[in-house]
Amino acid sequence: MKGPVSVKIEDVHVAFGHTRVLTGVNLDIEPGEFFAFLGPSGSGKSTLLRAIAGFGPMPGGRILIDGQNVTGLPPWKRNVGMVFQSYALWPHMTVRKNVAFGLEERRVDGKELRRRVDAALDLVGLAEFADRRPAQLSGGQQQRVALARTVVVEPRVLLLDEPLSNLDANLRVQMRRDILDLQRKLSLTTIFVTHDQEEANTMSDRMAVLNDGVIQQVGAPVTLYDRPSNLFVADFLGTANVLKGHFTSDDGGSRFMDETGIEITLDKKVEHEHGAVVLRPQNLTIQSPGAAHATRIIPLSGTVQYVEFLGSIVRYAVQVEPHVILIDESHRQGDRVFQKGESVEVGVDTNYLTTLAQ
Amino acid sequence: MNYFARTSLGPAGVAILLGLFLLVFLVVPVAKVIFVAFQDPNTGALTLVNFADFFNTSLFRESFFNSLYVALMSVVVGSVIAMPLAYFTTRFNFNGAVLIQTLGVIPLIMPPFVGAVAMQLLFGANGSINLLLDEWFGINIPFMEGLNGVILVESIHYFPFILINLSAALNNIDRSMEESAQNLGANGFRLFRRIVFPLAMPGYVAGASLVFLKVFDDLGTPLLLNVNNMLAPQAYLRISSIGISDPMGYVISVILVLFSLFALWTSFLAMRGKEYATVQKGGGGLMKRDLRTWEKVGAYAVVIFTLLIVLSPHIGLTLLSFGTIWSFSVLPDGFTLANYQEVIGTTSDYITNTMLYAGLAALIDVVFGTAIAYLVWRTKLVGRKWLDYLATGALAIPGVVLGIGYLRTFYEVEVPFIGQPLASWWVIIVVALAVRRLPYALRACVAALQQVAVALEEAAENLGATKYRTVKRVVVPLMSGGIIAGFVTSFATAAVELSATIMLVSAESDAPLSYGIYVFMQSAAGRGPGAALGMIAVIIVGVATYLSHRVIERGKREQALDAALAGGV
Ligand SMILES: Nc1ncnc2c1ncn2[C@@H]1O[C@H](COP(=O)(O)OP(=O)(O)O)[C@@H](O)[C@H]1O
Ligand SMILES: [Mg+2]
Repeated sequence: MKGPVSVKIEDVHVAFGHTRVLTGVNLDIEPGEFFAFLGPSGSGKSTLLRAIAGFGPMPGGRILIDGQNVTGLPPWKRNVGMVFQSYALWPHMTVRKNVAFGLEERRVDGKELRRRVDAALDLVGLAEFADRRPAQLSGGQQQRVALARTVVVEPRVLLLDEPLSNLDANLRVQMRRDILDLQRKLSLTTIFVTHDQEEANTMSDRMAVLNDGVIQQVGAPVTLYDRPSNLFVADFLGTANVLKGHFTSDDGGSRFMDETGIEITLDKKVEHEHGAVVLRPQNLTIQSPGAAHATRIIPLSGTVQYVEFLGSIVRYAVQVEPHVILIDESHRQGDRVFQKGESVEVGVDTNYLTTLAQ
Repeated sequence: MNYFARTSLGPAGVAILLGLFLLVFLVVPVAKVIFVAFQDPNTGALTLVNFADFFNTSLFRESFFNSLYVALMSVVVGSVIAMPLAYFTTRFNFNGAVLIQTLGVIPLIMPPFVGAVAMQLLFGANGSINLLLDEWFGINIPFMEGLNGVILVESIHYFPFILINLSAALNNIDRSMEESAQNLGANGFRLFRRIVFPLAMPGYVAGASLVFLKVFDDLGTPLLLNVNNMLAPQAYLRISSIGISDPMGYVISVILVLFSLFALWTSFLAMRGKEYATVQKGGGGLMKRDLRTWEKVGAYAVVIFTLLIVLSPHIGLTLLSFGTIWSFSVLPDGFTLANYQEVIGTTSDYITNTMLYAGLAALIDVVFGTAIAYLVWRTKLVGRKWLDYLATGALAIPGVVLGIGYLRTFYEVEVPFIGQPLASWWVIIVVALAVRRLPYALRACVAALQQVAVALEEAAENLGATKYRTVKRVVVPLMSGGIIAGFVTSFATAAVELSATIMLVSAESDAPLSYGIYVFMQSAAGRGPGAALGMIAVIIVGVATYLSHRVIERGKREQALDAALAGGV
């Protein structure tokens, strides 16, 4: 078998009738990469995935797999393996029959068929369930059958649509690892769809964040989290405090002024005039009013609105007129926990903030 | 039910009364028929000699194979009509879908025997179509010759059973079932054969076995087409000409019941495994695509051609009822209202009797249906399932068999104060109709009951209402849409029942419409008035069906509204 292949998406548009669902999608997915489509429900993730498999309306633009233009090729000629969200196991066939289906369509038979089906079932640890019907399996086992059924035909690319959404929480963590192991073992270019940022973060090499059918940003999970390129990405990946306002620049740096008069001095120069400052809760500190602090920390006075003690961290909501700012303080044994109603200072560290154009 | 409450007859008491009713008017008569079939007519000893006689008589052997052949062929022809229609609606974005749905209902509002004679005038050897074919092409096609006629009439009438079940099955197949097969390399016919066909099979089998059952048991159509060498007509003729003690009628009855039970059981088995294809979530229904222009033309041609064939009994009956003389000609010689004047002037008894019988029977059905539905689904009574099985089992008892059973069982039972045997009292017709239509009403009531959340009942009980008051004030009002639908279905089908009725009518003055149609259609001169009477029956059934449709639709709208209001809070 030949090594992993690349997937290239060039200016893809998809519409259902007059409803635009995907607009100008461009992506380069590297051979062997584990790539995630992340976005809220209805953002077009499934539509994009299905377009790669050849389902849905004929897309505009081009989709290339291993350099070959597959746009317009029917699904059965693409050799792209897809695992459906509902698993789509055929209820009238046994597990073995389900897994054998794709090989039979490829005219594999006899010993070879048997060997490969057994190998696939072994791979997902379901050898002893071969003669059951799908309805007699648990959700996690059905998921594995669906995986085995797809990988047994040695597809060029593996597509997974919300593979974990039908499993309960414990199983999800386990399945996450199993899918990753499987992908590494087979070294298959894999694309998977999820609306859960934790899934995308833990599993993918890189991901594309989608909103309203438009790709917002592409990159490694850490890059997207630390350097979001717009408000949507900043907000969708984790919690973010957003202050909107404008920037004024001089030779030394910039100064940010929020609509309500909060001022933050930045040492780097910001090009744009209108924009926002994004503050992650764990990058902020909280302290008693007037306590000493480093010079690059800018204090904002406020009142504690509520306190959530979560064990390893304490989450505060502090009213800094008129905003409510969330702060995560890591908690060590004996640390003082501020109480609701206390006056405090929120420390903004200018090294740990993101500025965005609007 | 009020009475039950005051005498504090609990659910168990009601169950026992219902059980007794079914025992006396369903189990005992059928058991009697079976018993007599195995009884030596002279000595009364148990024997198989009657069955040996049956299979040694060439007429009976022939009838047996004819009935099997006609039932199977009706399934085949019905499938040929239904399959393209089901295919169009489920696979394509086809504007004719509404047309097809209508097609699925039209035949059912006219019982097959009513249209049978009209079909002969259209498709018979000297009928309109063959006259035209002869004139244009010099050919004559034996559409209506002997068994062909029965097959044609029955399949036109019963194909909707296949259409409805098959379409539902196809619509229930999750799209991802098909897409995953395509993803793994299957397409075209292989995809159909390996995925779509097996998944749609249960629905098809369920529909097909119901068609088999209905056709195998039908008495009216072969009688009116004068095809007597089939089982049901033989049973009727033996009993009505030779007499109630002739064992052959009973042997035939046993065979009819056996095959019907088998068909019902097949349908039941097929549907039991059915949910499995529908449990998946995601886009429902198969992939649909737009038709190309020429495909659209073809599809419409098929639909319109089918529509014409399906409507032909209605067209024929209309022509016949307004026609003067119609024989050896494409159309009647002239048109007149005389037939209607004749039937309305002289035979209005038929109409009033029909309204009375069908109305009473439907009333009994919904009362019993509601009670059985409630007992089976909402109580924990021991053996409650048996009420359901018994009531539903009536489906497998052909009208002829029930009729023979009643005659045999209730002939010696004198009705107090009337001084007449129960078997010849008009009320027995009502009872027979009620028993035969109970399965339909019961289904409607069960469906309605399942819409009523148990919590609503519990809330009433929690506020102090007794079981009986809860049923009366909460459950029945909420079920009313379904109960009305059940009433109308029972009424409409009872109004045109012939096979049990024909056995039980003992005086012309007690006869309902269906019997009248049968009597008129016997003679060439009576066909016009018979057709007029048939039209009246069709109108009664059509109006009733339309009304029930309206009631159901209104119920649905109200539910949607309720849901919207609840969601808005
Ligand atoms: N078959 C369809 N017909 C019309 N609109 C559709 C269809 N499938 C999806 N859509 C629309 O396209 C948008 C994107 O859908 P989808 O790709 O399923 O989103 P996601 O998988 O990100 O939740 C949604 O607004 C949805 O309503
Ligand atoms: Mg989706």
